[in-house]
Amino acid sequence: MKLAGLLLLVAGWAIVVAAVALLPSAGARAGFVLAGVAVELFGLALAIRAHLILQAEGE
Amino acid sequence: MTPFVAPSLPTLSEVSAVFCLLLILLVPFAGAGLALINSGLGRARSAAHAMLAALCVTAVAALVYAIAGFAWQGAGGRPDHALVVAGKAWGWIAAEPFFLRGLRLDLSPAALVVLLQMFSVGLAGLIPLSSGADRWRLGAICASTALLAGWTYPLFAHWAWGGGWLAQLGANCGLGRGFVDGGGSSTIQVVGGVTALSITWILGPRRGKFSAEGLPAAVPGHNVVLVLLGCGFAWMGWTALNSAGAMLFLGVEPGRVVLIAVNTTLCAAASGLTAAVVTRVRFGRPDASLSANGWIAGLVASSAAAAFLKPAAAMIVGGVAGILVVSVADFLEFQLAVDDPGGAVSVHAVGGLWGVLAVALLADAGPGGQWLAQLVGIATLLGFVLPLTYGLNWLLDRLYRQRVEREGELQGMDLFELGAGAYPEFDIHGDEFLQR
Repeated sequence: MKLAGLLLLVAGWAIVVAAVALLPSAGARAGFVLAGVAVELFGLALAIRAHLILQAEGE
Repeated sequence: MTPFVAPSLPTLSEVSAVFCLLLILLVPFAGAGLALINSGLGRARSAAHAMLAALCVTAVAALVYAIAGFAWQGAGGRPDHALVVAGKAWGWIAAEPFFLRGLRLDLSPAALVVLLQMFSVGLAGLIPLSSGADRWRLGAICASTALLAGWTYPLFAHWAWGGGWLAQLGANCGLGRGFVDGGGSSTIQVVGGVTALSITWILGPRRGKFSAEGLPAAVPGHNVVLVLLGCGFAWMGWTALNSAGAMLFLGVEPGRVVLIAVNTTLCAAASGLTAAVVTRVRFGRPDASLSANGWIAGLVASSAAAAFLKPAAAMIVGGVAGILVVSVADFLEFQLAVDDPGGAVSVHAVGGLWGVLAVALLADAGPGGQWLAQLVGIATLLGFVLPLTYGLNWLLDRLYRQRVEREGELQGMDLFELGAGAYPEFDIHGDEFLQR
């Protein structure tokens, strides 16, 4: 699950980079950048949750 | 991939270059300040280890950066590799030779960048030290710093400071001036801060820090005097760092250094006082350690925008940083079970992210679209730098265990790794105040 969270972080970043490099319209670019950041936040939450579970199992 | 020349650094007159050099020579005080803070917030039985680790980090960072780091980072106006996408060239990595070959080390802007970066990368390397205090082996600290100075830091610094794709967001996409960070809120502080988060995740908490029910125990720092002295050193170093960075990377004229120094000071003052007030309200008394962390968080947050803020806005940036540092430190410890003895994640990662965002919200940094450029920078720090630094340190941990043995934690890092303590004439307390 932690790996999934980290991969989601990278996926969100890829959306942001693609939006900046490929989209000509300012509105679409801003929308996709915000969507990419939202994916990153979801990935971060998942990675944190996985870390908490792993830590609790370790104890 | 095409050879490319990154957008140029500003030209400096000889007087401006000497002035910039003098500022850069003050930057190591920031590192000395962080080293004192890290040592003071750790246990007495690991104090010598913390100071030696700081020295080793500074040395490894300078060596690795000179050998390979600058080759990846480069500087504006120097060779670069670029990817051409939709007809636009995006610089992604520098094309410099290793060992600083081919670079005249004189008063040229590129040479000043090298000197500033050798100090800055050491500063970034010192940040994770506080999160791994009392349990991070010295050999692993050096290896992790080599990864930071040789790869993670130079890559992001190239994008933001070396004329790379983040800096080009203004020219290529019309997003304000492109990603703006004059003094390193992102390149130094957030990169160091997310590395600190990776280190706490990989090392795990100190023995006895969390009870079986998950409640954290307070493990007080051993010397608050060192911590507060470190704040003074850091103030001087940070003012110089913000000023030199703004001259070299944003092209501000030397006369604006006064504004930068005023804003840096106001930001730190507002943040430190806000943290003192917040802890006074929450705990009944102001907390010296958290107030010191508030002071440093203010310095961290000031770095990105100090050249563009009005003094009143600098106070707002500092006030918000002071609130954030106390709240996030609590949240990390109580909700996320992150054992970060020096508060590196809340001070440097969160404070730095807030500083980057403040450029868009409060600074007069130029034409519209700046907020999106800053957001793309933040997305890169979270979505690229955090997974990269976590992955590299996870791999390192598989090859060379980073956490000290159980015996080392019980004995203290000083005796276990160095064979001698920092305070041989004093009794060092054990773990009697920790939960069993």
